[in-house]
Amino acid sequence: MTIFQELGRRTLLSVERLGRASVFLSDVLAGSWHLLARPSLVVQQVYAVGVLTLVIILVSGLFVGMVLALQGYNTLVDFGAESSLGLVVALSLTRELGPVVTALLFAGRAGSALTAEIGLMKATEQLAGMEMMAVNPLTRVVAPRLFAGIIAMPLLAALFTMVGVFGGHFVAVGQVGVDAGVFWSQMQNGVDFYDDVLNGVLKSVVFGVVVTWIAVFEGYDAVPTSEGVSRATTRTVVTSSLAVLGLDFVMTALTLGEL
Amino acid sequence: MLSRKWLETLVGLFVAAGIAALAVLAFKVSNIKSIDVAGSYRVELRFENIGGLKVKAPVTMSGVRIGRVAEIFFDKERYQAVAVLGIERQYDTLPVDTSASILTSGLLGEQYVALEAGGSDEYLKDGGQIKLTQSALVLEKLISQFLYNMAAKPEEKK
Amino acid sequence: MTPDAPRDTDAETLAEVRALRFLRGARTIFSDLNIRIRRGQVTAIMGGSGSGKTTLLNLLGGRLRPDAGEVIVDGLSVPALKTRELFALRKRLGMLFQTGALLTDLDVFENIAFPVREHTRLPEALIHHLVLTKLELVGLRGARALMPAELSGGMARRVALARAIVFDPMLVMYDEPFTGLDPISMGIIVKLIRSLNDALGMTSIVVTHDVAEACTIADYVYLVGDGRVIAEGPPDVMQNSSMTEVRQFMEGTADGPVAYHYPAKDYLADLMEVAS
Repeated sequence: MTIFQELGRRTLLSVERLGRASVFLSDVLAGSWHLLARPSLVVQQVYAVGVLTLVIILVSGLFVGMVLALQGYNTLVDFGAESSLGLVVALSLTRELGPVVTALLFAGRAGSALTAEIGLMKATEQLAGMEMMAVNPLTRVVAPRLFAGIIAMPLLAALFTMVGVFGGHFVAVGQVGVDAGVFWSQMQNGVDFYDDVLNGVLKSVVFGVVVTWIAVFEGYDAVPTSEGVSRATTRTVVTSSLAVLGLDFVMTALTLGEL
Repeated sequence: MLSRKWLETLVGLFVAAGIAALAVLAFKVSNIKSIDVAGSYRVELRFENIGGLKVKAPVTMSGVRIGRVAEIFFDKERYQAVAVLGIERQYDTLPVDTSASILTSGLLGEQYVALEAGGSDEYLKDGGQIKLTQSALVLEKLISQFLYNMAAKPEEKK
Repeated sequence: MTPDAPRDTDAETLAEVRALRFLRGARTIFSDLNIRIRRGQVTAIMGGSGSGKTTLLNLLGGRLRPDAGEVIVDGLSVPALKTRELFALRKRLGMLFQTGALLTDLDVFENIAFPVREHTRLPEALIHHLVLTKLELVGLRGARALMPAELSGGMARRVALARAIVFDPMLVMYDEPFTGLDPISMGIIVKLIRSLNDALGMTSIVVTHDVAEACTIADYVYLVGDGRVIAEGPPDVMQNSSMTEVRQFMEGTADGPVAYHYPAKDYLADLMEVAS
């Protein structure tokens, strides 16, 4: 097959896959009214997906904030503009690094775990068993995990950003010698609640939907063998990461008015 | 498998922490305090040159921010720049003969509108106009003027 | 409750497939299958691997649709059922998977209680009562707090059996229940299938290739191969059959109608061929 035929074939397969994933998503959403009567299922998943991801998010946020302050200071001091360090750190985190890095970490830790769990349930016939017991696995297994991801992501992103800002403060004020008052006042003057903070929250919600959707779909669609589950897990991490970065560009361009 | 109570407690803590982080971001990191809740009223200004003034630039009086620039557009009939300011409603005692000038914060900072009170008893209302305006100082013109003066001075000394 | 599904009454038959045709990709699994499951009896379905026995159970349970022919359970045509009707039917069926298919994050008690919690709002005391009764029937009441990972193969299968019968279903389907068990566990399962069937007034379908065990408990045997029924009858008739296919299967002879050698070219020619 020539390279163009191969390219065409792969593109068609991807489109078909996207279609299947969309039908899957609508089936999951259609059956999710029952969750209102059983919120404990969602709570359980928020624990698995949110609380257990906290540690990596907080530690990463702290280090990212500290590095931002260091690098930012290094560059700004040449222009005599180190008083803007607080603003630089806060803007980078709230607008971009908070939502994006959190989403990437989430995809790697929680997303892959979701895919593996659902894939294994498929491989060990637990999903089939549920179907034969007249329990819809989409409602019972998939939907709680989907909503848990959508709820947990923005919260994790906010925590990442907050810890990052404080990490930046620690380095800027504690280590490098920027005045604390200037650090915070420049930040508070420059960071707009609607344009920056809410924008970041919106991004993290969108990322939450996309990453969790990809994770549960790959698990549900996996070939029910150990090799199949392993490949599905890898695909989750790769596809989610690419989707997050691509969507980030689109959303940033839209909000900054360039698109 | 954690006991039910522990699990729900941890999840509750997690959600509370997330919301708290959002609150911190809103109140300590961003400028939410300065978003006026009461709304603002509009005042129109015309300038020959607005320089680098941008929408959302601050509007100050006596150094205190009392509003923001809401709109900037070009009047093609009279070849003037028109800036519409949003003044916070609580500051409703601006005399009609208030003057406005475009200043730069610091040497190379962002530009803002500074208002100076006049002496009239009538106050500006929504849709009012400020007639006394001073356009922005364009840096290039300043420099060329400075250079011209420098070139002229040595002539005088001799 | 199901007014639109086509009805077909035959008091003695609980389930049947008629002229069933099913393909998987290019392979024909069933070309013309006709099987009748009689109420109150244990029916054994036997055949070589790949003869589609598990597929038949999936067709009866509505997880697969036939390409042609009919699948009828309790007078209802399964492929014609809407989703809600299908789920209602499945509540009256029990299925025991080859691997047990227990939910790995729940303990034994919770696994059996799972369908009860999902489909009913019974108070906790009643659920407790129901689960323990079923566990006692399979002899595992003391194991109620163990996790599936801590169970041996035989025990896991018994727990899955208890779960399959928790609602006293009208039809229980066993997919290879004897595979991979030690003689004692196998004996237990064999005894359980028969005694539960009679004690609870159920109908059972046992899909297996374990001739000896199946013949001890079955009321009727079907031998499936080549996409259709090769032979059928009560166990003693089958064991005395003169058909070569049946003889080979019943006795487990290595070579016969089902050939020992996978199709290959001439042995000498293959050996002499120089590897290129």
